[in-house]
Amino acid sequence: MAITPPSNRLWWKEPIQAIELGWVIIAFLWGLFMFFFMIAWHFIGDQNLSNETYRITPEAFEDKVVAFAEEYQKKDANGEPVEEAGVPVVVPPEGGDVYMLARLWEFWPVLELKKDVPYRFHLSSTDWQHGFSLQPTNINISVHPGYEHVFTLTPTGSGDFGIVCNEFCGIGHHSMTGRIRVVE
Amino acid sequence: MTSIEHGAVPAAGLPAEFRTCRFTGLRIEKNAETLIKANAVTAVVFLMLGGLMGLLVALTRWPAVQILPAEWFYLMLTGHGANVLLFWIIFFEIAVLYFASAVLLGSRLAAPKLAWLAFVLMVAGALMANYAVLRGDSSVMFTSYPPMQASHWFYLSLIIFAVGALLAVVLFFATLVIAKAERTYDGSVPLVTFGAITAGIIAVFTLASGAIILIPTWLWSVGLISGIDSLMYKVVWWGMGHSSQQINVSAHVAIWYAIAAMVLGAKPLSEKVSRMAFFMYILFLQLASAHHLLAEPGLSSTWKIVNTSYMMYLAVLGSLIHGLTVPGAVEAAQRRNGYDKGWFEWLTKAPWGNPAFSGMFMSLVMFGFIGGISGVILGTEQLNVLMHNTIYVPGHFHGTVVAGTTLAFMAGTYLLVPLLFQRDIIWPTVAKWQPYFFGLGAGGISMFMMGAGTLGVPRRSWDISLTDAPHVFEFPAAAYLMMGLNGLSAILAAIGGVMFILVIVATILAGPKLVGPDAKLTFPLHDKGREAVSTYGSEAHPKLPGTIVLVTIFFTCFVLYYFVNWKYLSELWLFN
Repeated sequence: MAITPPSNRLWWKEPIQAIELGWVIIAFLWGLFMFFFMIAWHFIGDQNLSNETYRITPEAFEDKVVAFAEEYQKKDANGEPVEEAGVPVVVPPEGGDVYMLARLWEFWPVLELKKDVPYRFHLSSTDWQHGFSLQPTNINISVHPGYEHVFTLTPTGSGDFGIVCNEFCGIGHHSMTGRIRVVE
Repeated sequence: MTSIEHGAVPAAGLPAEFRTCRFTGLRIEKNAETLIKANAVTAVVFLMLGGLMGLLVALTRWPAVQILPAEWFYLMLTGHGANVLLFWIIFFEIAVLYFASAVLLGSRLAAPKLAWLAFVLMVAGALMANYAVLRGDSSVMFTSYPPMQASHWFYLSLIIFAVGALLAVVLFFATLVIAKAERTYDGSVPLVTFGAITAGIIAVFTLASGAIILIPTWLWSVGLISGIDSLMYKVVWWGMGHSSQQINVSAHVAIWYAIAAMVLGAKPLSEKVSRMAFFMYILFLQLASAHHLLAEPGLSSTWKIVNTSYMMYLAVLGSLIHGLTVPGAVEAAQRRNGYDKGWFEWLTKAPWGNPAFSGMFMSLVMFGFIGGISGVILGTEQLNVLMHNTIYVPGHFHGTVVAGTTLAFMAGTYLLVPLLFQRDIIWPTVAKWQPYFFGLGAGGISMFMMGAGTLGVPRRSWDISLTDAPHVFEFPAAAYLMMGLNGLSAILAAIGGVMFILVIVATILAGPKLVGPDAKLTFPLHDKGREAVSTYGSEAHPKLPGTIVLVTIFFTCFVLYYFVNWKYLSELWLFN
C-alpha cells in the first residue's frame, strides 16, 4: 500500500507496466511538442511579445510621452487641439514611434492608429506597476516603472478599443482606463 | 541548559509515548499526535476566516450584488489570499508532513518543543498579517508588488510565518533521520512519505525565496533601503508565490494515494513510476516562477520558454503520470475488491457516500481537467498574453488550489480526525454531502472565472462596469453573467465550507468516542488496511480499461483546448 513501505525491497527493479510506459511516452512526446511549438511560433506566428526593453527613469519617460503628445496631437477643423475626457488625442505618423504612459489612474494619451499599419509602441509606468489590457481583443502586457518596453503593434481591426488596467494599483484601479481608436 | 535545547537533543532512550491505532495498526506517538492536531485545527480556523473573506470577494465581484465598498473589497481580497493560500494550506501541510513522517513511519517526532516553537511562530505571523491587513494600510494584495508599499507589519508577519514553517519542515526532515536511525520501518519509506518529502524539499526552496525577497522589502518599508526593483522583486517573489503551489500539488497527490490506500486498499501500480513522477517535481518545479512573468518586459523569450515549460514540461509529465497512476491504482484495487464487471463497475460501485473517497476523486478529476489543463495553457509563452492578469488566472488557481488541494485536504481530514481524535464523524449525512457542495462550488468558481477572463474581465477589480473611468469600455453581457454565476458558485462552495467546519469541529468536540474493541467507523477503512498487501507488483498485470478511457478523454480535451487557444491567439492584433 501507498502508506506502507514497499513490500518488495528492490522495488526499483520491478518492470514498468505496459500501460504506464505507454502513457509516459505519449505524455513525454506531447510535452516535447508543446515545448518546441513555443519556439516554432517565434518563426511562424505573428504574436510574440518583444523582449526589447530599456531602463529609463519615470521622469525621462514622461517627458518623452508629453513631447510626443504635443507634437502629434489631433487638430479639429478650427485648428484646435482635440481632447477626450481631458486627455489629448494623438495621431502618430504611420509606422512611427508611439508612446503610452500608465499612471495612477489612467493610460495617457488617447491614440488614433491606422489599421494594418505597424507602429513601434513604447510602454512604461511613471509610478506603480500597471497592466495594459487591450479590449475586446484581449492582449495583456505588464507595465513596470523604470522599464521602457518597446514592441511592434499592428492593429488588425478598426473601431474603438478600450484599455483596462489589470494589475492592482490601489484604490482607483477599477477606474483606470485608456483608449485606442483604429481607423481604416 | 534551556528547555529548548533539552527538547532538541533528547537523551538517548528518552521514553516516547506511543499508542497503536486500532484501525490502521499505525504506531502513533503522543507529541506527534498533539502537534498534528494543533496544526490541523489551526489550519481549519484560517480556512474559515479566509473562506468568509473569499465569499465577500466573490459577492462583490457579482456586479448585481457588489456587497463591499471598494476599499473593503481590496482589503478583503488581500486577507483572503493570505489566509487561505498561505495559512490554511501551510498549517495543514505541516500536519501532513508530521503525519507522513512520524505516524506513517511509526517514529517519534524530532524535537517536539521546537515543533511547538515553529507552531507559535506561524500563529504569531498569521495573526500579525491579519492585523496588518485589517489596519487598512496593507491592501497590496497577496503579491504585494512594489513600488506599492504595505505597512511594515505586513512583510514582517510573512517573514515570521515563513521562519516558523521552515523550522517545521526542518523538523520533518529530522524526524525522517530519527526514524531511519531507530529503524522504525523496514526498507524504503512509503510512497505517501516519499510524496511528503517532495513537498518538504520544495518547501525549503520556496520559503527561502520568500525570505530572500521579503526581508529586503521589509527593510525598504521601514526606510532602510531606498527602493526595490519591481522586476527583480517579481522574479524572486514568484519563486515563492508559484513554486510554493507545487508543495500543495505534491502534498495533495500524496493524500490521493493515501486515501486510495486507506479506503480501498489501493497500492501504486508501480512504485518506480509513481516515485519517479514525484522526483520530477523536485527537479523542475522551482522553475515555476516564470508562470507569472510571461507578459513582463525585460525577460528574454529563451528564459521564459525554458522556465515556463519546467524544462520541456518534465514537471507537467510528473502530474500527467499521477493522472494515470492514481485512478489506475483505484481501478486495480476495486477490481481486486470484486468490482470487476465491465469497464466502469469499479467506479460506479466506488464508495461515493464516503466523503474521503468522493472528495479525493473529485479533487483528482477537477485538478486535472480544470486546474491542470488551464495551467499549461496559461504557462505557454505566447498564449499567456491572451489571459495574463485577467480573471482567468484566479480561475486557474481556484481549480488547482481549491478544487484540487483544498478538497483533497478536506477529504483527508475525514480520515485523520477519527484516527487522531478517536471520535467518529458526528453527522454522517452532512459529511457525505459536503464534498459535493464544496466540489461543485469550487468547480463552478474556477470555470466561470476562466470564462469571464476569456472575455477580458480583469482580476482584482472592484467594478467591471468602469463607472468612474474616464474612457468607458463595455464588457459583453456574457461577462456579467459569468461573474454572477461565479458568485452563485461561491455561495455553494461556502455552504460546503460551513458544512465541513461544522462537522469537523462538532466531531472533535462531541463525536461518538471510538473506544472499546467493537467501536466501528461510520466511514470504514479497507479491511486490508492493516495488512501489508502480499507482494509488490500484485497489480502485476492489471487490466485498466476504465482508466484508459478516462485518460484518453482527458488527453483529448487537453489537446483540443490547447489548439483552440492558439487559434484565438492567431486572431489577435500582430505584435512582436
